[in-house]
Amino acid sequence: MSDPSLPSLPDEPAARPASPGELFRAFNRLALQGFGGVLPVAQHELVERRRWMTREQFLETLSLAQVLPGPNIVNLAMIFGDRWFGWRGVLATLGGLLLMPMALVLAATVLYGQWADQPAVAGALRGMGAVAAGLVIATGVKLFGGLHRHPLGRTWCLAYAAVVALAIGALRWPLVYVVLGIGTPAVLHVATRLRRAA
Amino acid sequence: MTASLWDAAGLHGLGAADLFGLFLHFLVISLLAVGGAISTAADMHRYVVVEHGWLTDTAFTSSIAIAQAAPGPNVLFVAVIGWNVAGVAGVLATMTGILLPSTLLTMAVSRWRAQRPEALWLRAFTLGLGPLTIGLLLSTGWVLAEPVATHPAAWALVIGTVVVMSRTRWSPLWLIAVGGVVGAVGWV
Repeated sequence: MSDPSLPSLPDEPAARPASPGELFRAFNRLALQGFGGVLPVAQHELVERRRWMTREQFLETLSLAQVLPGPNIVNLAMIFGDRWFGWRGVLATLGGLLLMPMALVLAATVLYGQWADQPAVAGALRGMGAVAAGLVIATGVKLFGGLHRHPLGRTWCLAYAAVVALAIGALRWPLVYVVLGIGTPAVLHVATRLRRAA
Repeated sequence: MTASLWDAAGLHGLGAADLFGLFLHFLVISLLAVGGAISTAADMHRYVVVEHGWLTDTAFTSSIAIAQAAPGPNVLFVAVIGWNVAGVAGVLATMTGILLPSTLLTMAVSRWRAQRPEALWLRAFTLGLGPLTIGLLLSTGWVLAEPVATHPAAWALVIGTVVVMSRTRWSPLWLIAVGGVVGAVGWV
């Protein structure tokens, strides 16, 4: 295995960021284009437009970012920034991703506060809230469709997912107990399957 | 406008102990947020709305709707919740809390993993948490839908969004816009 802090030789990307400043601008740009989720824009900018990563590198980085706790796109940005410029790269990608969008979203919140008593504005937010709920559920449904090669099989996956959804959605049990109480057996369950298969 | 902006940026009556509790709660949530920050919104709701009554149900859901409608990473809904709970100090408490632990852990694991890419327990961890992530997302959808889904039209929006997103490659932006229009004319 070559040093993964550098892109491995067979699929060398076509270009590389010149400086942390360029990283900041790139991540700021992709964050400001991302309505309802930044990930598709990130893939387009980093792989297709700037060619800083190959598609394989993007996928590999994304899967690591998804498994680790924390916001996926933030994790992905950090791993990418660290790969090129260490801590300065991390600060550049994080700052680019978060600073300007945060100012915008807080400005939108303040504006909403001024107009919240207008029935049309309150109604619009309720309608958007219903869609936001649907978007989150749809993401869960889509991800479940991707589990067909999971070592536990679909039935076990569905069982673990359903228990978590009920415990947190319906019973409102605290997250920490649910993740530790159901995550631990799920990880051990997978480990035994993997060991048996190996 | 200036006076109300000043009020909105202020503490809303929370004390230092409340702020520290808020920070600690988001610190713990950060490490449990497998599958993204949005997957833990149900637990934020339990803490901020049910346990402490700092926000109403509707304020919580509209915080997330505003963040989804604005550009940028979804995690910024955490900043909006912080702002609505305790203004600028609230934003600092929730955003630092949600980002700090996961940031440090991600850096450590990413550097460590670069040295041993095929460790069995690492794969078991990755794969084992997959179904949990899905369960967390479903529970978040449930919690978000509850306060708005009082009308049949709102249910239709939730279910319609799930169907359209599963079967098409439309941008979520269009659906958010549809939801906004349907709500503005007073159907939900």
